Parts: sequence; structure tokens; C-alpha cells
Amino acid sequence: MMMKAATMRVTRRQALGLGAGATAVVIAGPTVGPAVAKGPTAEDAIKAFTGGTETKTGKVSLSTPEIAENGNTVPVSFDIESPMTADNHVQSVLVVADGNPRPGVATFHFSEMSGEASASTRIRLAKTQNVIAVAKMSDGSFFMDKRLVKVTIGGCGG
Amino acid sequence: MAKVKPRVKVPKKAEAGEVITIKTLINHKMESGLRKDKKTGELIPKKIINKFTAEFNGKPVFSADVRPAVSANPYFQFKVKVPESGTFKFTWVDDDGSTYSTEKKITVGG
Repeated sequence: MMMKAATMRVTRRQALGLGAGATAVVIAGPTVGPAVAKGPTAEDAIKAFTGGTETKTGKVSLSTPEIAENGNTVPVSFDIESPMTADNHVQSVLVVADGNPRPGVATFHFSEMSGEASASTRIRLAKTQNVIAVAKMSDGSFFMDKRLVKVTIGGCGG
Repeated sequence: MAKVKPRVKVPKKAEAGEVITIKTLINHKMESGLRKDKKTGELIPKKIINKFTAEFNGKPVFSADVRPAVSANPYFQFKVKVPESGTFKFTWVDDDGSTYSTEKKITVGG
């Protein structure tokens, strides 16, 4: 089992090493439409979320393990500094993983009833990469945090 | 696939205005659409939970748009400030259109 996983990882690495062209070939299988053949990058995902507004650092604290042995389930949590009142709260938080074949992970939506803007989940990481959380505040500003996660065995199949 | 069964942990009691932690888990493969069938070499079609919502007394409190990078058996933990007694409703939406939901009651004060 372990052997198999290791072999899979090598082929995957090689495929990724060939660059974007190779990745596109891997993704563009017979069942996948052309729309997703060339997936958006993490930057595109963040841009779509912020609408091009500048994202500041601070307020967001993202926590991930430094080394994830199994990329299939990596615990990720974030906590955003905010009073969470009706006129000053966190509206939504976008989580992206910049080295995944599809960087979008999830978008969380909060409300003034949230009390605290924090959440945790478990995600898949294909390889060692950055996990980024971008928070959208009710006043229209954006804050982000970034953490590098070293992945020993990649998730996302392969 | 085994029967999908959501599991949620909500405290039974809380003080008014207390911030409580809710943990949710649902068994689902979260097929990413990138995995290949080992025998045929063909891609296994994507089939994931794409949306999770939590409502309190009919008002949306927390929700998540989920993409394939969320692990199998998706787990979400989040916080809610409870103003009064009531019922939480949790809903998960599957790519195939089916929805799974469960409810939990909480008593505030008393």
C-alpha cells in the first residue's frame, strides 16, 4: 500500500514538473468539459473574490500543520479578529491552496450571529504548497494570511 | 455508497449570548473528479457535497461553498452566538441534487 502510494506520487510529481501544459492534459479527461480544462490559478480565485481590491495582511490567523503526512486530510482552521456586530463583521472567507490542480478549497459565509469568525475543516493538498485565507469584511476591506504546508503524500487522487 | 448520515454536535444548553462551538461531519466520498479508475484508467466523475448551510430558527447563520479540495467525510467546525432557545437546521447539498439535513435543539437560559 505504502509502495503504491509512493509510486503514484512520483508520477504525479513528474507530470506536474512538465508544467501547465501537462497539468491541462491530466485534467482534460473525456468526462470533463473544456471550461475546467485550464483551471483558474489561486491568484485568479482571489481576484474573483476581492474584485481586485488590495488585500492587507493581519487580522486573519490561519493555522495549519507545518508538515502534513497525509495530503488527503489536512486540518485547517482560521480565526479572524472582528467584533462581529451588525455593522462590523466578517462576511466571508475564501480558502485557496495554490498548488492544487484546482486551487479553490471553500468559501465560508458568516453572519452577525456567528459570534466569532472562526472555522475549521479538513482539506486535500496535492503537494507542498501555500494555503491562503482571504477574509472579506463588512466595510469592503480584505485581509489575508498564508501558511506553507509541507506534504509528504499528496491527496486529490492521481 | 453507504447511506449518508450527518452527525452534528451542538451543546444542549447555553447562556443567552454565549458563543457556542458546533461540529459537523457527514460521510461522503467527495469524489474530486481528478481520480482515475485503476482498472479502466478513466476518470471517475466528480461527485461532492458542494454546499453546507446552518440555520437557526430559520435564519442563515453560517454556510460554506465547498469545492473538491475538501477532504472526504467533510468536517466543519464553527461558532454561533445564541440569543434564544431554538432549533438549528443543517443542510448538505450533493452534486447529484440530493440534500441531507438534520436538526438540533438548544435551550438558552433556563
